[in-house]
Amino acid sequence: MIQVKAVFKRTQSLKNCPTHYCPGCGHGIAHRLIAETIDELGIRDRTIGIAPVGCAVLAYNYLDVDMVEVAHGRAPAVATGMKRTNPDKIIFSYQGDGDLAAIGTAEIIHAAHRGEQITVIFINNAVFGMTGGQMAPTTVLGQVTATTQQGRDAHNQGYPLQICELLAVLPGAIYVERCALSNVARIRQAKKAVKHAFELQAAGAAGLALVELLSPCPTYWHTTPAKAMEWIETEMTKVFPLGCLKNVTRTP
Amino acid sequence: MSERVLMCGNEALAEAAIIAGCDAYFGYPITPQNEITAYMSRRMPEEGRVFVQSESELAAINMVYGAAATGKRAMTSSSSPGISLMQEGISYLAGAELPAVVVNVMRGGPGLGNIAPSQGDYFQATRGGGHGDYRTIVLGPWGVQELVDCMPLAFDLADQYRMTVLILADGILGQMMEPIVLQKKPRRKLPAKDWALTGAKNREQNIVRSLWLQEGVLEQLNYKLQAKYQQVQKNEIICEQYAVEDAEIVVVAYGIAARIVRGAVAKARQEGIRAGWIRPVTLWPFPAEQISKGADEFRMFLVVEMSCGQMVEDVKLAVTGKAPVLFYGRPGGGVPTVDEILDKIRQMTVPVRR
Repeated sequence: MIQVKAVFKRTQSLKNCPTHYCPGCGHGIAHRLIAETIDELGIRDRTIGIAPVGCAVLAYNYLDVDMVEVAHGRAPAVATGMKRTNPDKIIFSYQGDGDLAAIGTAEIIHAAHRGEQITVIFINNAVFGMTGGQMAPTTVLGQVTATTQQGRDAHNQGYPLQICELLAVLPGAIYVERCALSNVARIRQAKKAVKHAFELQAAGAAGLALVELLSPCPTYWHTTPAKAMEWIETEMTKVFPLGCLKNVTRTP
Repeated sequence: MSERVLMCGNEALAEAAIIAGCDAYFGYPITPQNEITAYMSRRMPEEGRVFVQSESELAAINMVYGAAATGKRAMTSSSSPGISLMQEGISYLAGAELPAVVVNVMRGGPGLGNIAPSQGDYFQATRGGGHGDYRTIVLGPWGVQELVDCMPLAFDLADQYRMTVLILADGILGQMMEPIVLQKKPRRKLPAKDWALTGAKNREQNIVRSLWLQEGVLEQLNYKLQAKYQQVQKNEIICEQYAVEDAEIVVVAYGIAARIVRGAVAKARQEGIRAGWIRPVTLWPFPAEQISKGADEFRMFLVVEMSCGQMVEDVKLAVTGKAPVLFYGRPGGGVPTVDEILDKIRQMTVPVRR
């Protein structure tokens, strides 16, 4: 008789349903990493998640934790209101590059600057996805988008915004790491980073933890899922180098 | 505290909010309401509660949104330009049906305007202010004691109806010192906040949201909101009136303008002019019936505001053309005097009566 042993299964905090994301999108992977982390740390019953405006606005349809949907870019402010009034809860925001790096730049910088004890998962796919592939602050030079049809030109549209580098210099940010979802090894490293960002909060560490995930958007990169993964490796990581920019231990 | 104390409106309302069980205050500096933020920065930590000075009014209202989503009593305060910035958040609060208390200590506008008292934000306050079909409950107190009494009422109304309650004060009310009594009032019987985000412990996931993409769902949500607003209109109107029974001229004003009107009407009575006043305390829901009743009895109306005429439109809607509605107002920080209003009342006694 053959013994069948389950070696991989759906994690409890990830709902058993198909997502609305495009084929080859990175959000599904990122959701799973968060759900696994929540379940491994056993914090599901005290976790509150914040969904952004953007493709992941419906994240609460997939993540089986208490969640709130907020105005575009304001997640770090909402997280501040939640964490300050509920220090025992685990508060995380899930934000795209339009949300966090364009309209919500003030909120993320000041949440980090105040050292809010929250976890931020920042999905960087170098475009606005939901609205049709427009230029994001993180769009790389030369990249063709709906609003940079000749390719992003530094003279007109500025340079890609490097959020991790920007936040890492703030004393209130205690953990800043950039990972990618471009292959299995990268995803395993991303899982470690996501877990560490939640562990810090669960341990009461005094400051903000942010993990940036370079994530594929084959639809608006006008390419195939496989080539999108390659593009992260060959192009995105040049502008957005992977690695841990900051990891300090501080307690209140 | 139940003895009489002398306090300015800004500090008094802050202490009243604390007594009313405000769990968290979030605010950004702007004149003429800075005493609230400063007072809260000292008193909230003393009470073991939350104070955060935000990086902007946008952030402040979203911090309120976050705290409110977890079931806490949260408030912010600002003045006109800052309240404009908060409108996005107030619309989201309405869509997500979250309770919140927002104080607007109005100053002169438009634009950066000035820091003098004004009532120029009536339209913004009573029409919703942000995008979408929604309402906020708006309270327009006329003195520091009433401002204080509005705070527990505001938190109760917010929790009961899951709405934003706006306190529409102005620079005079915020700065003026008056003797007041601060007292803890019993809370209304309020519904349980079973919708709040507290962590999905032994229950299904809770979601607080305002996005409804499927066809017809948002339409139904809007009808539900409107039904709730109708309940507020039915149950929560507060209005005070004086000497209206035999009045030929009824002066309608709210807030600090009503205080000035009171003086003008008293003088008019001394002169033998049959004048009275009606003072809406709830600006939304608006006391249209009380005003309409006066119109049925062939009275003339004078509306006095510290603006170019905003509430006057609600009075006209209530009167429905049954009686003349005149207006006297001063915008941009101008404050009508008792004599200016009295002159206007005198002029009304002369001409075209039936």
